[in-house]
Amino acid sequence: MTNVRLRKFHQAHWDEPIIFELSVPGRRGLIPPAPEEEIKEAAGDPKGLVPEEMLRKEPPALPELDQKRVLAHYIHLAQETLGGNLCNDISQGTCTMKYNPRINEELAAHPGIASLHPWQDVDTAQGILEIYYKFEEILKEISGMDKFSLHPQGGAHAVYTAASIMRAYHRDRGELDKRREIISSAFTHPCDHAAPATAGFRLIILPPSENGYPSVEAVKAAVSENTAGMFITNPEDTGIYNTEIDQFVKIVHDAGGLCFYDQANANVLLGIARAREAGFDMCHFNIHKTFGTPHGCSGPGLGALGVRDHLAKYLPIPTVEYDGTKYYLDFDRPHSVGKVRQFQGPAGVLVRTYAWVMTIGQEYLKEVSEISTINHNYLQKKLQEQIPEIEVPYAPGRRRLEEARYCWQKLLEATGVSTTDILRRVGDFGLQHYWTSHHPWVVPEPMTLEPCESYGKEDLDEYVAVLKHIRDEAYSDPEIVKNAPHKCASHKLADETALDDPKRWATTWRAYVKKKGRA
Amino acid sequence: MEEKEKRVAHPYIPNSVPEIKEELLKEIGIESTEDIFGQIPEHLRLRRPLNIPKAILSEYELKKHVTELLSKNKNCEEYKNYLGGGCWQHYVPAVCKTIMERDEFLSAYVGEAFADHGKFQAQFEYASCIGELVDMDMVNTPTYDWAMACATTVRMASRMTGRSKALVAKSISPERLSCIKDYACSATPDIELVNYDPKSGLLDLNDLKDKLSEDVCVLYMENPNFFGVIEKDGQEIADLLHSKGALLSVGVDPISLGVLKPPARYGADFACGDVQPLGIPMSYGGGLGGFIATPDEPKFVAEYPSLLFGITETIEEGEYGFGEVLYERTSYASRDKAKDFLGTMAQLHGIVAGVYMALMGPQGMKELGEGLLQRAVYAVRKLSSVKGIKAPYFNSYHFKEFTVNFDDTGKTVADINKALLDHKIFGGKDLSKDFPELGQSALFCITEVHSKKDIDELTEALASVLGK
Ligand SMILES: Cc1ncc(COP(=O)(O)O)c(C=O)c1O
Repeated sequence: MTNVRLRKFHQAHWDEPIIFELSVPGRRGLIPPAPEEEIKEAAGDPKGLVPEEMLRKEPPALPELDQKRVLAHYIHLAQETLGGNLCNDISQGTCTMKYNPRINEELAAHPGIASLHPWQDVDTAQGILEIYYKFEEILKEISGMDKFSLHPQGGAHAVYTAASIMRAYHRDRGELDKRREIISSAFTHPCDHAAPATAGFRLIILPPSENGYPSVEAVKAAVSENTAGMFITNPEDTGIYNTEIDQFVKIVHDAGGLCFYDQANANVLLGIARAREAGFDMCHFNIHKTFGTPHGCSGPGLGALGVRDHLAKYLPIPTVEYDGTKYYLDFDRPHSVGKVRQFQGPAGVLVRTYAWVMTIGQEYLKEVSEISTINHNYLQKKLQEQIPEIEVPYAPGRRRLEEARYCWQKLLEATGVSTTDILRRVGDFGLQHYWTSHHPWVVPEPMTLEPCESYGKEDLDEYVAVLKHIRDEAYSDPEIVKNAPHKCASHKLADETALDDPKRWATTWRAYVKKKGRA
Repeated sequence: MEEKEKRVAHPYIPNSVPEIKEELLKEIGIESTEDIFGQIPEHLRLRRPLNIPKAILSEYELKKHVTELLSKNKNCEEYKNYLGGGCWQHYVPAVCKTIMERDEFLSAYVGEAFADHGKFQAQFEYASCIGELVDMDMVNTPTYDWAMACATTVRMASRMTGRSKALVAKSISPERLSCIKDYACSATPDIELVNYDPKSGLLDLNDLKDKLSEDVCVLYMENPNFFGVIEKDGQEIADLLHSKGALLSVGVDPISLGVLKPPARYGADFACGDVQPLGIPMSYGGGLGGFIATPDEPKFVAEYPSLLFGITETIEEGEYGFGEVLYERTSYASRDKAKDFLGTMAQLHGIVAGVYMALMGPQGMKELGEGLLQRAVYAVRKLSSVKGIKAPYFNSYHFKEFTVNFDDTGKTVADINKALLDHKIFGGKDLSKDFPELGQSALFCITEVHSKKDIDELTEALASVLGK
C-alpha cells in the first residue's frame, strides 16, 4: 500500500437558514413574460377568466427573494452535499457510484433532447428514437434478452413492471388466482420483495445457507402449484455469486413459475455472464448504476427491463420499432400491461447512458467488470490485512465479485464503537459515509463497500487508511468516533425519535412553524 | 481465448493502466480475473466478445456522434410547439439550469444528512413550497411522475378506508388512467369511470351520484382536467364523497396554483401532480416527477410509501438537522410488509422545482398564471375565427389548454398536424383515438413561451392548411 496522508478535511458549513427565513416582502427572483397589450385587452381582467368558486384570492405564500440570494442559497446547499463526482465514494456499496461524465450533461442539455415534446410526430423525433433502438440492441446483446423497455424510471420501477408482467402472464393462462407466491432470498434488494407485494403477490423469502444464498433444497421446498415466480439477484448484496442459480431457475420453471433476475448492479458481469444462459425470463439493469448515469440525489434513473420473446407482448406501450427505413412507436399491443409511467420513460437519462456505452464500447465494457472485481478483491484483502476486527461472514474462502458485506461486530465488542458510529466518522475525512445494509441486518454491524471501476488504487488505499485510523481511534478515543461527525456540513441528530412523533415531525416549513409555535 | 493487448487507459477507468492492473492482480495474489470469475460455472459464461459498437474514445468524436443523432430531431425551439397534456413547454430559468447541473446534487445519492445536509434541506424546501401551492402540510419526496403519484393516492385511500372500488374521472389524461389501472388494480380491482358533461367538460355530478356507493374509497379527478377545463363544483364533489366515507384526490397542474384555488380549500384529501412545469426541461417526457400532498395527520402519513424528509435539530445548538419521518413504513425498512415500494425516483427534479418556486415567489406565480389564462382566451378567440374550427369544444373556463374541434373542416387532426409541420408547427394532441366522442378534436397548449405573433401565425397556418 502506498503511504496515505489523511486529509485535513472540512466540509462547507454555511449554517444556511431555511429559505422562508430569508424572505423579504416585495423581493423578486424572476419576472415571467407578460402577455402583449392586445392579448390583455382581448381577454380582460384575469379574475373574470376563472369560475368564482375556483379563484385563488391571495397568491401562495412562497418565499420572496432576489435572484442572487436564491442562487447563493442553493450553491451553499450544493456545497453541503457530498456528491460522488466530488469524493471517494466507494462507500455506497450496492449502488455502484461511478463517475458521471460531464460531457453527458452537455449532451442531455442539447435542445435536440431537452426541447423535445414526447408527442411530437415521430418523423421529427427520428434521432431520439434511433438512440432508443440502438441502446436496446446493446442491452439485448449484453443480457441475451430479446426485447427491452426503457420506460421505468428506476430499478424498483423496473422490478415492479416485471411483477406486473408476471401477473399478466398468469392471468392470460387463467392461473393468477392460484399462483400468488413469489420466491426470493434474504440478501436480494428489498424492492424485489416490496414491488411484487405491491402487485398483489405474497413473498417467500428464503434465508441464506452457509454459502450466503439459499440452498437448492430450500428452493425445491418452496415451490408449489402456487408459485408465480422468483425475483432474485446474483451476486447477492454480499457480493457472493450464486453458482447454482440456473438450478434455481429450473426448479421454478418446472413448477410453472417465471424467473426475474435483478441485475440492477451487473457491474462485474458485463461480457462475463448473462441472464439468458442462466435461463431467466426477465432481467433489468439500473442504468444509473451499471451504465454510468447520475443518481441525482435519488433519481431520475432508468430501470431498463429486458424480457425473453414469450413475454415481449406484455411490455409497456409504446415500444420503439424500426421498419427498415424509419423508427416508430408501436402502441398497438393488445396484451401490454399498459403504462407504468407517462410518455416514453426518462429519455434524458437514455441520452446520457447511450453516450456512456458508446465511449466504453466493446473494448472496455468487459474491462469495467475486470477492474471492478480487481478493485474489490484488492480492497478486501487490504482491509482484512490492516484491520483484524473486520470479518466477512458466509462462504469462507470464496472470493466476492464486486463488493462484500463486512462485519464490525468484533470491534463493537472490544470498544463499544458501532458501525453507525464509524460511518459517521468516515465523513470527517471527506469520504461519503458508507452503506451498512438493508433491513433486517442479517450480518451484524454491517458495512458494504463497492469500489467500482471509477476508483484508482490511491482511492482504495485512502479508504483503507481512513478505516484503519478510525479503528485505532475506537480503542484510543472512542468518544471522538461516537460523537462524529465533527467536520461535516451538520451534526448528529439530537433526538431521532422526533421524526416518528406526529407532534414533532414536519416535512414542510408551514408544519414546522405551526408545531414549534413560531411565526 | 482473447489475446492480451496493451491498450490505452480509459479516461473513466483509472486502474485500466496495464501496469497498475498487473500490480493489483499481484497484490491480490492471482494471475488474472479468471481466478475470480472461474467460480462461475462454465455453462453460464459468455465466451465470446460482446457484439456491440467499438469505443469512441475521444470526447470530441463522441460529442459529434451523439450531437449528430440529436440534430436529426426537430426540437421545440426550431418548431412552435402546441403540445402539452402533462409535459409542458414552460420557460426554464437560468438559475434552475445552473443548480440542476451542480455535480454535488447531480452525483449524490442516499447519503445521510450530516454529509448531504444540503440535499435534505433543498428537498425539505421543495416540499415546503409545494405545501404552500397546494395549501397542505404534508408533502412527499417526488415519485416517478404524476401518473405514479395519482395511482399512489388511490392505493393510500384504499388502505385508509379498507375499500376496493375507485372512481376515476373520465376527463383525466389517458396515460395516467392506464397507470392507475395497472398500479392500483391489486388494491382497487374495481375501477369505474365518471363521465364528463358533453357540453361543459365538467365532471358529471349526476353520474358521480349514480356510481358513488359505500364501497368506494376515492374519486380521482383533475383540475384543470385533461381538456384544460377548470372544474367548478369541487366542494360539492368533496361533500358527496365524504358523505359516503370516501376520499377525494385531485390532480393539479402546480403552475395553475397562483390563480386557481388549491384542492384543499374545496375539501380534497389528496393533492397530486407533476413538478415538470416548475423549471424542468421537457426532455421528450423525461423531465417528470410526481408530488403527493395531504393533511399532516398520522392516518395519512402512515400510508405514504415515499421517503418523507423531516426537519429536526442536531446536537449542535441552533442547527437544523434532517432525517426520515416514519422510516418503518418504507420498503427499505420493511420489505414486503411495507406500504407499496420505494426506489430511486425523481429527487433532482424536486430540488430544481424548489429553486423555481423560490425564484417565482408569490407574485411570479400569480402573474404567470394570469398571463396563461389571458393567452388561452386570446388563442381561442383567434382560432375560432377560422371557418370550420370550433374552439373551445367545451363551453367552460380553461387554463393553459383547450380542445379544438375540426369536424366541420372535413379534415382529420392527423392530416392537419402533418400539414402544420410544413409551417414548422407541432399542432395539438390528437384526441380522436382516446376520446372518439369528441370527433376530430385536438388538445392545444399555450404557455408563456408563445407570443401574440406566434398565436397569430398559428391561426394563419391553420387557415392555410384548411384552405380557408
Ligand atoms: C440490487 C438492486 N436492486 C434494485 C435496486 C433498486 O433500484 P432503484 O434504487 O433504482 O429503484 C437497487 C438499488 O439500490 C439494487 O442495488
